[in-house]
Amino acid sequence: MNAPVCHTPLHATHVAAGARMVDFAGWDMPVNYGSQIEEHHAVRRDAGMFDVSHMLSLDLEGADATRWLRALLANDVAKLKTPGKALYSCMLNEDGGVIDDLIVYRLSDSQYRIVVNAGTADKDVAWMRKHIALTGANVSLSARRDLAMIAIQGPNARTRTWQTLPELRAGSEALTVFSGVQIGDIFVGRTGYTGEDGFEIALPAERAAAVWAALQAAGVAPCGLGARDTLRLEAGMNLYGQDMDESVSPLDAGLAWTVDLKDEHRLFVGRAALAVKPASRRVLGLILEDKGVLRAHMRVFTSAGEGETTSGSFSPTLEKSIAFARLPLEVEPGTSVEVDIRGKRLKARTVKLPFARNGQALV
Amino acid sequence: MSNTPADLKYTKSHEWIRVEADGSLTVGVTDHAQEALGDVVFLELPEAGRQLAAGEACAVIESVKAASDIYAPVAGEVIAANQDAVDAPESVNTDAYAAWLFKIKPANAADVSSLLDAAGYEAEIAQ
Repeated sequence: MNAPVCHTPLHATHVAAGARMVDFAGWDMPVNYGSQIEEHHAVRRDAGMFDVSHMLSLDLEGADATRWLRALLANDVAKLKTPGKALYSCMLNEDGGVIDDLIVYRLSDSQYRIVVNAGTADKDVAWMRKHIALTGANVSLSARRDLAMIAIQGPNARTRTWQTLPELRAGSEALTVFSGVQIGDIFVGRTGYTGEDGFEIALPAERAAAVWAALQAAGVAPCGLGARDTLRLEAGMNLYGQDMDESVSPLDAGLAWTVDLKDEHRLFVGRAALAVKPASRRVLGLILEDKGVLRAHMRVFTSAGEGETTSGSFSPTLEKSIAFARLPLEVEPGTSVEVDIRGKRLKARTVKLPFARNGQALV
Repeated sequence: MSNTPADLKYTKSHEWIRVEADGSLTVGVTDHAQEALGDVVFLELPEAGRQLAAGEACAVIESVKAASDIYAPVAGEVIAANQDAVDAPESVNTDAYAAWLFKIKPANAADVSSLLDAAGYEAEIAQ
């Protein structure tokens, strides 16, 4: 695979700032600007920002939009009662595997904004278009590559955003968590992937560099994908391609809470497969008690059988290594287990997710 | 920019080596390596007495991002490991040339001549 490398509208900004750049799903992205741990702390304690323009915004419009999404997604957009309210959902294949996880904002009955992962964007759009054709639904879908996206996260993120973009204040002050609103040419969502308060803003690509610079001047620290990964790990949030993919049911990936089975007449894609394939694994957090660092794909030994880590790293908040592990259903939080790290069995204990949120360790 | 002291020897796998007056070798990872690794959070070092083959993976350095092996620059016996570095892995980021990792008594003193000098290492990482 030698696909051309994609650049976000902020690429030159990252390079000029001396960021260490890495390939992420075909995008040349900053992994850190200096110390990843300091970037992590900036978000937990103050305010940091991430270029998330590699993710794709999609606009869905049409008379059948609600009905179509209810048949497409494992979570139920019917629970979005107020305009702007958002929902996290998996989009499943017929076998119940996860094609992608996404956020959908209900703007009106006939208008939705959907944000999908970078690495799956093409596949997602193809799947959605195929589904539109199959159902004959009266909806249109447009990909918004004209937008840049910046996630501003941390206890002071909203205040700093309003200092930088005062025109957003009146319209976004009353935004509740997990909702969004269009203000002028900027879409503001009170969402994120860090376990902290903050905004994710989508704005015209040509404005991105100036807004980024102004946010930095207001004291928002540029943060790379490295800190984004340790923040989401502490916050107990799955990463697509690592913690679940098309071969894994959401019920085995700790995402049963996002699968809405209440309306038995809602036959969303993958529902039939989930019905005959109940959960076989549960996802718990691991905290390493010995010295070392947990990583993905390590074997976990429990009294109820073996499991496997799906994501792992060093937690700057806990100053210990943490991981997500897919374990036998019988394993409870608070259990001592062993993890194979380079042939040695080290001690860990299971905990309920998340590990940390809103600046606080929770375990 | 990373720095590469002229009085040290180097390997392609990013170890630095200082030849001590008694012929023993002090080994660490280069500034270039620590910069690429990012925040170092864990070190696993070989125990004194262990016999190493040249190029043998003998230590592990873990940053927040990833785990990497550290290789024996030449064959020899481990005569010391730096417990201070194990207790404060971030010292590798602070000063990669002060935070030595282990010392080797080389099996054959002449093997040192096979190591890169500073210019050779700079050329290697410029590629």
